[in-house]
Amino acid sequence: MNRLVKHWAALAMVAVSSAAMAASGDGQGSGQAAASAKMPVVQYLQKGEARITDPAPGWDYLWKEVLIDITVIGILFALMTAYFIWRYRRVPGGPQVGSAPKLSPAAAVGWVVIPAFVFLADDLFLAANGWVLWNKYRDVPADRLEIHLESGMYSWDYTYPNGVQTQNELIVPAGKPILLRMTSRDTLHSHFIPDFRVKEDSMPGRTTFLWFLPREAGKEHIVTCAEYCGVMHSYMAGRVIVKTPEEFKQWYEAGGAAAKKSS
Amino acid sequence: MNLKEWIFTTDHKRVGVLYLIGSMAAFIVAGIMAMLMRIELSTLGPTITSNPSSYNVWLYAHGAVMILGFQIPALTGFFANYCIPLMIGAKDVAFPRVNALSVWLFYVGIILALLTFFIPDPPDVMWTGYPPYSTITAGNTALYSFTVLILGFASIIGGVNFLTTIAYMRAPGLTWNKLNIFVWCTLGAFVLQLIFVPVLGTAVTLISMDKYLGTAFFDPTRGGDVLTYQNLFWFYSHPAVYVIFLPFFGVLFEIVATFAKNRVFNYHAVVYGGIGGIILLSGVVWVHHLYVSGMIDWIRIGQMVTTLMISVPVGLMLIGLVGTLYKGSITFETPMLYALGVLFLFLIGGLTGIPLALPSLTLHLSETYYVVGHFHYVMAVAGTFSIFAGVYYWFPKITGRMYNEFWGKLGFWITFVGTNIVFWTMMDIGVKGMPRRYYDYSHFSQFEHAHQLMTLGAAIVGVGFAIALVNWIVGAMKGPPAGDNPWQSMSLEWTTVSPPPHGNWPSPPSVSAEWTPYAYDRR
Repeated sequence: MNRLVKHWAALAMVAVSSAAMAASGDGQGSGQAAASAKMPVVQYLQKGEARITDPAPGWDYLWKEVLIDITVIGILFALMTAYFIWRYRRVPGGPQVGSAPKLSPAAAVGWVVIPAFVFLADDLFLAANGWVLWNKYRDVPADRLEIHLESGMYSWDYTYPNGVQTQNELIVPAGKPILLRMTSRDTLHSHFIPDFRVKEDSMPGRTTFLWFLPREAGKEHIVTCAEYCGVMHSYMAGRVIVKTPEEFKQWYEAGGAAAKKSS
Repeated sequence: MNLKEWIFTTDHKRVGVLYLIGSMAAFIVAGIMAMLMRIELSTLGPTITSNPSSYNVWLYAHGAVMILGFQIPALTGFFANYCIPLMIGAKDVAFPRVNALSVWLFYVGIILALLTFFIPDPPDVMWTGYPPYSTITAGNTALYSFTVLILGFASIIGGVNFLTTIAYMRAPGLTWNKLNIFVWCTLGAFVLQLIFVPVLGTAVTLISMDKYLGTAFFDPTRGGDVLTYQNLFWFYSHPAVYVIFLPFFGVLFEIVATFAKNRVFNYHAVVYGGIGGIILLSGVVWVHHLYVSGMIDWIRIGQMVTTLMISVPVGLMLIGLVGTLYKGSITFETPMLYALGVLFLFLIGGLTGIPLALPSLTLHLSETYYVVGHFHYVMAVAGTFSIFAGVYYWFPKITGRMYNEFWGKLGFWITFVGTNIVFWTMMDIGVKGMPRRYYDYSHFSQFEHAHQLMTLGAAIVGVGFAIALVNWIVGAMKGPPAGDNPWQSMSLEWTTVSPPPHGNWPSPPSVSAEWTPYAYDRR
């Protein structure tokens, strides 16, 4: 029997490690395939410009994928549990004690290795897809507008490259990736734009970044603080205002005056 | 029975009951805080207070007291104290006086936590206490630090005591592989406490030094770094989740095995794969709390993989629990209802944690109500239901009397429905963008109806828990005698009289070679 256990254990080790490698390889591969084929990453082609990918639809896609994954697992597990509860309830005249057989060493090892393999395979599949989207998000397009953000209790203060400053209003041109380089003058804050599926903390002493791609001119998106920053935390809100590139240019070159008049 | 006997007791059962009373008082206080918050959020703008600070103090008290004053003390204080010596056939714990010191410290901690409501400048730093806010707030951060330190110290000396007790005081013949799963789980939880509590103690001490003594550990203008605190804090506080998870799963195993009258499915996998795996992984996943805190990229990716791997040990434990039902002879008394309820609640909570393991998804999800819903399902609700299951289960042993079965079941169903209303809605609006820790959600007025639904759900939960608490009090005073072993369990704690006398058994028990706590087919 001991030899059988050893044999099984060795087999199990090989199975887990090779399966893990295969799963990670597969997961990576299908993840990348998804990036080019399945995943509806919106490709923007403007005249003479490089391709820009928008991570926000990628977020929606990955969320749906993960949601399906966990729903299927959850329903399978819940149904099995419910079935056991119903099937093995004590009935009058039925057995008074349970009759589950003692697992043989091989079965015991199998009930560790096989579930572990299934869980790991799913984990690595999800990890690979999550990683692909993360890499896409961390690869900020070179053709971007960089805006400096200093957050403070309780406002968002933006400074544009030409020195234009706004407070709680982030005015951006449609179709251009916006990169915020963020810091804070007092406590932690987190610049959260739910519509663009993005947030990152800002804090004193470090510079963090986030980016997003506003697509539709004429739209406004709420900006809200997502890290507890003080008494008035819940009132720390602003807006992203998306303009057409022409409108934005006019506003920007006028030193931001037009925006103040119009808003 | 006089008060002095109880205060100066060194009997592990009385120490346990003191822990239970203290933690239930904490639960009621923190529950009232939750109700106040839910009422405040039932309308847009100010509802019952026009001062956001009051709301922030409730929020702080709810989180800190529920975790540090209720769940950890109830699980590693009450259950461990009451059950472990009985389960291993010991007369008492290894160091009974140290045990008494631990419960005294716990009461000092509870009193410190309750001072929050009586001092003019209560702490408002959330249970996380992140700087720089915690070092500049007008709130009393020192009270937070000292509460954490005192409760942490109580936990550490409890840990030393129980590891010694389990290692050296088992009954003759009770080998490691015959221990109750609950004993193993508590052992795991105390190993985690001993390793990680000092880190939390360091973190909150440094916060107070920064605020009151002018040091600069977290002040970047003088060479400090604000992120250091978050790393220290979560390096403890993620394992703290398992300090709660392991004992409550242990309670579930005891209950499910007893009411299915069945052996635990794949005992060795649960103990060595499940509990062992969680201990091994618990210290290397904390960065998933910091995915959007500005941590360097490579560690976010690395801990994404380790975080997902947690599903393996947790999955093995869940399979063990569900497998224990297989070919059982299941009855559905109140403790079993709570335990089976936890199976479903924990399933929802565990699976909704998977999206939160992916840094790319947390870009949107973290710091929203989705996170709040998730951790309430997986830890708060599942943990509290398990505590209630356990109290109902050992109620006849503790008091010698029986609670009312009808009110017990009714209380369960009301609470079960209510929690799902609250926390399912919470996850739903979280995905749609509702940020957490908001006193006023005027910018998210589309969620007003959802918030009202949650307030209604919270009221239902409150009614359900109140029924259970009243049921215990009435049962303890007037319940019919329960007998020594009302559930016909095989486990050692049921072999003595109810309630057990000082010293537990007239003569120390010993166990036979084929006995295990779950060997119902060998009876």
